[in-house]
Amino acid sequence: MSSLQVFAEVLIAGLLTGIMYSLVALGFVLIYKASSVFNFAQGAMVFFAALTLVGIIELGVPFWLALLLTIGVMVLLGMGIEKFVLRPLVNQHEITLLMATIGLTFVIEGLAQLVWGTDVRRIDLGIKDIPIEFIADNTGILVSQLDLFAAVVAGALVATLAVLFSHTKVGRALRAVADDHAAALSVGIPLQRIWGIVWGVAGLVALVAGMLWGARSGVQFALVFVALKALPVLIIGGFTSVPGVIVAGLIVGASEKIAEFYVGPMVGGGIETWFPYVLAILFLLVRPEGLYGEKIIRRV
Amino acid sequence: MNERKIGGVILSVQNISLAFGGVKALTDISFDVREHEVRAIIGPNGAGKSSMLNVINGVYRAQQGQITYRGQVRKDMDTHQAAEQGIARTFQNIALFKGMTVLDNVMTGRNLKMKSNFLMQALWWGPAQREEMEQRRKAEEIIDFLEIQRIRKTPVSRLPYGLQKRVELARALAAEPKVLLLDEPMAGMNVEEKQDMCRFILSVNEQFGTTIVLIEHDMGVVMDISDRVVVLDYGKKIGDGTPDEVRNNQEVIDAYLGIAH
Repeated sequence: MSSLQVFAEVLIAGLLTGIMYSLVALGFVLIYKASSVFNFAQGAMVFFAALTLVGIIELGVPFWLALLLTIGVMVLLGMGIEKFVLRPLVNQHEITLLMATIGLTFVIEGLAQLVWGTDVRRIDLGIKDIPIEFIADNTGILVSQLDLFAAVVAGALVATLAVLFSHTKVGRALRAVADDHAAALSVGIPLQRIWGIVWGVAGLVALVAGMLWGARSGVQFALVFVALKALPVLIIGGFTSVPGVIVAGLIVGASEKIAEFYVGPMVGGGIETWFPYVLAILFLLVRPEGLYGEKIIRRV
Repeated sequence: MNERKIGGVILSVQNISLAFGGVKALTDISFDVREHEVRAIIGPNGAGKSSMLNVINGVYRAQQGQITYRGQVRKDMDTHQAAEQGIARTFQNIALFKGMTVLDNVMTGRNLKMKSNFLMQALWWGPAQREEMEQRRKAEEIIDFLEIQRIRKTPVSRLPYGLQKRVELARALAAEPKVLLLDEPMAGMNVEEKQDMCRFILSVNEQFGTTIVLIEHDMGVVMDISDRVVVLDYGKKIGDGTPDEVRNNQEVIDAYLGIAH
């Protein structure tokens, strides 16, 4: 196997993982854009979604029905959080809202384990984590079927949401709300309904992320840390940009795999877990608003 | 001045008082607005003019008094309700959606006219798309009317101030309002821009029959385009009448020029 093939393999694996980081980060961006709330509980929602899906399947419910039920649960959870936790806190400091979502994180994690138990479980999507023969035979590069499937699903969802939020009435309303609350209200945009929709969609995104990550690495508490990987993605991409998180997710995924493979052996491995954060810190120093974030202009 | 037919009272505020903590912004203000007229609210800085507009469209809730709009009496308005019932407005410090294009900004003004909901759009149903196109045509008409076709696709943040003010007017008009509240539509403009804006305000009033309530500092402009004027000073009403009546009102002259001590 040539070194070029090895590089391609590492890069592709990284990019495929990266799209799934983008998906998790998208959940954060949607909410932050519309309401300036940094939803720390997004990771817990991913965990909760995956556990709920597995739990319902284990009750003997067919996969598709279980998926539909879980979609319902997650949309309701998202909208419920907005209505009962954040709406009473509207107009409070961002830090207050952040603290509320940190509190929520523990409640959701606890609730998930209370209802469904703490065992590590598997989600079977019917696709195996083995290399695709066609690609392996022709190029000698190993690409996991499961990774490719997950990336396609994640990519399709990200693309759908990106189009929906840029070309429709609700998308315009969302951007309007993000831009100026008072003006949005004056043209009759129902602020609270928009927030409800955004939280509902964030719940749905959490479910897809939880399902894909769960299929890949098991449904377990560690899913919460996958969501933390969204942090460097957000810092690099910019907290308010959908295209930003897509590109940043790819950068984080590819660079951590490449660093792990080429630099890892020199320092005893384990780079993958912290490399994205170092990258994020570099970005904070050089370009604090992120790749696509709104430029911060300070007037003196 | 022109041949419009001024109708009955469409909006009236009665004994409105508004205070922020101990600061009284408005004290016992009453006046009415008739259908199709251009009604101005004037007064020195801090007189409570913007507060008055904010009470009318529900941004502030008055502690006392009531508002009668199209025959319906209410304690206070709700911004969303106000928009639904045909009250649109512009802001003193332009409140456009800065990152969006002119066309998108105007389209948000048509938000309430669009019936399809989020799920329909998500599933990309034909009717939702047809509706989008239909509303788009209406938005384009308003853009033509205000002569901003050239900049339809430009993000608002890149436009000069005068044009931004015009885009804000376009967004408000897109809602096809019965009553249009304009908070200093000509503030910070040069003479030419002011003339343009006056022309647009008057043609909106004439062609669409929109009732206009405006706040303005430039006395020349106010006297030229309004039918009746309310004068506020320190949150109190000190004058109300036609431009000529107001111009000759001693209290108004004192408020603007000061009193010899």
